[in-house]
Amino acid sequence: MKTNTHFRYAGLAVLILSVLLGISGCGKSKNKGPLVESDAPSKVYVEPGKYDEFYSFVSGGFSGQMAVYGLPSGRLLRVIPVYSQNAENGWGYSEETKPMLNTSYGFVPWDDSHHSELSMKDGVPDGRWVFINGNNTPRVARISLSKFRTEEIIEIPNSAGNHSSPFMTPNTEYIVAGTRFSVPVENRDVPIESYKDNFKGTLSFIKVNQSSGEMDLAFQIITPGFDYDLSHAGKGPSDGWFFFSCYNSEQAYSLLEVNASQKDKDFILAVNWKKIAELVAQGKGKEMPAVYAHNTYDDKKHSAVSEMKKSVKVLTTEDVEGALYYMPCPKSPHGADVDPSGEYIVGGGKLATVIPVFSFSKMIKAIEGKKYDGEIEKIPVLKYEEVLSGEVQQPGLGPLHTEFDDKGFAYTSMFVSSEIVKWKVDTREVVDRMPVYYSVGHLMIPGGDSRKPWGKYLLSMNKITKDRFLPTGPELSQSAQLIDITGDKMKLLLDFPTVGEPHYAQSIPADLVTKNTVKIFKIEENAHPYAVKSEKEARVERKGNEVHVYMSAIRSHLTPDNIEGVKVGDDVYFHVTNLEQDWDIPHGFTIMGNLNSELLVMPGETCTIKWSPKAPGIYPYYCTDFCSALHQEMQGYMRVSDKNSNIQIKFNSNQDK
Amino acid sequence: MLRKNSRIALLIISLALIGAYFLPVWDISLEAPQYPEGLGFQIWLSHMSGDLNTVNGLNHYIGMKKIVPGSMVEMKVMPFVLGLLIISGITVSVAGRKKFLYVWMIFFLLLGIAGGADFWKWEYEYGHDLDPTAAIKVPGMTYQPPLLGTKTLLNFTAHSYPAEGGYILIAGGILAALISVYEFRRKLKPECMI
Repeated sequence: MKTNTHFRYAGLAVLILSVLLGISGCGKSKNKGPLVESDAPSKVYVEPGKYDEFYSFVSGGFSGQMAVYGLPSGRLLRVIPVYSQNAENGWGYSEETKPMLNTSYGFVPWDDSHHSELSMKDGVPDGRWVFINGNNTPRVARISLSKFRTEEIIEIPNSAGNHSSPFMTPNTEYIVAGTRFSVPVENRDVPIESYKDNFKGTLSFIKVNQSSGEMDLAFQIITPGFDYDLSHAGKGPSDGWFFFSCYNSEQAYSLLEVNASQKDKDFILAVNWKKIAELVAQGKGKEMPAVYAHNTYDDKKHSAVSEMKKSVKVLTTEDVEGALYYMPCPKSPHGADVDPSGEYIVGGGKLATVIPVFSFSKMIKAIEGKKYDGEIEKIPVLKYEEVLSGEVQQPGLGPLHTEFDDKGFAYTSMFVSSEIVKWKVDTREVVDRMPVYYSVGHLMIPGGDSRKPWGKYLLSMNKITKDRFLPTGPELSQSAQLIDITGDKMKLLLDFPTVGEPHYAQSIPADLVTKNTVKIFKIEENAHPYAVKSEKEARVERKGNEVHVYMSAIRSHLTPDNIEGVKVGDDVYFHVTNLEQDWDIPHGFTIMGNLNSELLVMPGETCTIKWSPKAPGIYPYYCTDFCSALHQEMQGYMRVSDKNSNIQIKFNSNQDK
Repeated sequence: MLRKNSRIALLIISLALIGAYFLPVWDISLEAPQYPEGLGFQIWLSHMSGDLNTVNGLNHYIGMKKIVPGSMVEMKVMPFVLGLLIISGITVSVAGRKKFLYVWMIFFLLLGIAGGADFWKWEYEYGHDLDPTAAIKVPGMTYQPPLLGTKTLLNFTAHSYPAEGGYILIAGGILAALISVYEFRRKLKPECMI
């Protein structure tokens, strides 16, 4: 015990030292790092009017959203609202989008979005959808890449801290969601001390409909109560398997910093998902009551529906015997990354001094030869040396994540020593290293976790920026650094600040996405129940104390633009249809004193904002998007009368000229 | 009588005119900084295609009338007129009478002149008949598109040129005229002809 404590303190001292070194290692050069090479500017300069080569989908972390950047320029193209309300365009405020943020806990207007994952075909990103997890209130979202909009959010029951998500199988068959926090399944009031008895992990497999993209929670595997951190699917020879890193095999439930860092090795859990899917098809597992939301957005009705699901199929480790194996992995592993060939699985042990590289073919032999080192809750533990291909020696400190290029090299992020380390996959020899500023978490190469990396750039996503940009007070942005990986030596090209915390990103050649771009919504296909197809249909209707304004917007007027007969105590619903059919002519809508948000309505779309006036008076409303030369004229007046007045609904309508 | 080659040429010309049913006759395109992808519309014998709604939307600022293709008499009549031209052309070719050719040629010519004049008149009204309550009024400014060629109208540069179907009609007219001249000269100086 005493030696243990000494070790712990020695370890902490090393950590503290290395953190200091990592941040101030280049102190003499004022922390600005090596100068970039003279050709760097021309490599990232994208001429005005020209397009970037890659789209890059960067998670927003605590912003709850997803940011889209062009590479190599680092230009921010768009922030796609996913889990957080976005007053800018009414996401999560409008009547149509509010159901998207519904959960079994109620309306949750934010989340912590960690990992983006592009849909794949044959193990290669195909540009149909990008998925992103919600870590805090376990959810997975699907974003359409023809519209750059969130179309679906599914909640994951029996889960907490949906971190090892939304990684997927090579043909987008399944998306996984693993629990970072083990919790009681199903969740109930138990003493925290009963962790070992009551707390469990779950690995959820979400089936994806190949034509619509719609997600359906197919089954959950209940696993020992460790922390399931990250995951990747096998591919090529290892297709059919999924690999989840897990830490806290100590099963600590307090001061995990220390108590979950005791064992030399934790695990990577290998899951034979194809076998389990067959078992489920044969009727294994049982339906368990569980309440979770499934929210879908229909782009013809321009509206979302939230459905509350009532049960989920669960399987125990006994149900799936022979489909789960633990591979020991030093030490508190974070990343579990599979190389493009599908043979090697790389574990990123946060506190390890080596990077273990596992061999899939050795793993299969070890399973066949039953080279076990005990078992945990019916899951055999394979012998480390029987599954290990080799270790990268002295790679740096704090290895987290590994991505791959198309020339047989791996690149691992080192959080503590704040560097990227390049090594050869088959020999595990370190060939290059480069400092990054500062404390890199994930790194990303376009297609770098797929079967076919586009090995041109590497993006280092850094947690700390300190002196890298003009200071903005105590609260600073995090950053991404673009690195050229086409040569033997990595070359730094560009720093740019990011939205929220860039946990992870995915990137794809632009033409795989642009060919599907939707420019407008066709007005004749608009199936919103409150849509107007022309100005002639614009009107105001009272239903009890609800007032529905069927409003049209077209350059440069709102119809109707004079409304009377609304009373204090009414709930007014403005259903605004943008009648434009021209690309990039949105109209906005808002009314004075609105406690809600504005709307931004795309051509052919209908959006609704609710407004409940509190006092009589005149309330101007207007278009909030500078749509045309006469945008400032695009306005109207709403008269609100006393509760007891008997003024009837009255509105004007423009002649359709 | 017409020479055999002339008759064959006339038959081919008449049949080629059928193409004008399936191709746009005229093309009006507009250039402005906000429309890098281009903007414009095509006039067919019986309808119009292209960005009519966008053009109508933009033109409301200066008070131009909306273009409503269904309201144009020309587009109801033109398919029949062209049909008559084609059938009579074939008849000339089959009958092989010179007199028939000259009459047909005059019909074709008159049709071309009438079509051009009608188009100009429509453009004139379209460009001049402005809503007095329009938001943008530029003193002395009218918006008649060019009959043929390019013209700057406020922030737009307008181009007006024949489209594929128009070129067929024009080429057919020119070839028919050449044949007529040839046949006419052959009559005057028969000794030149072998």
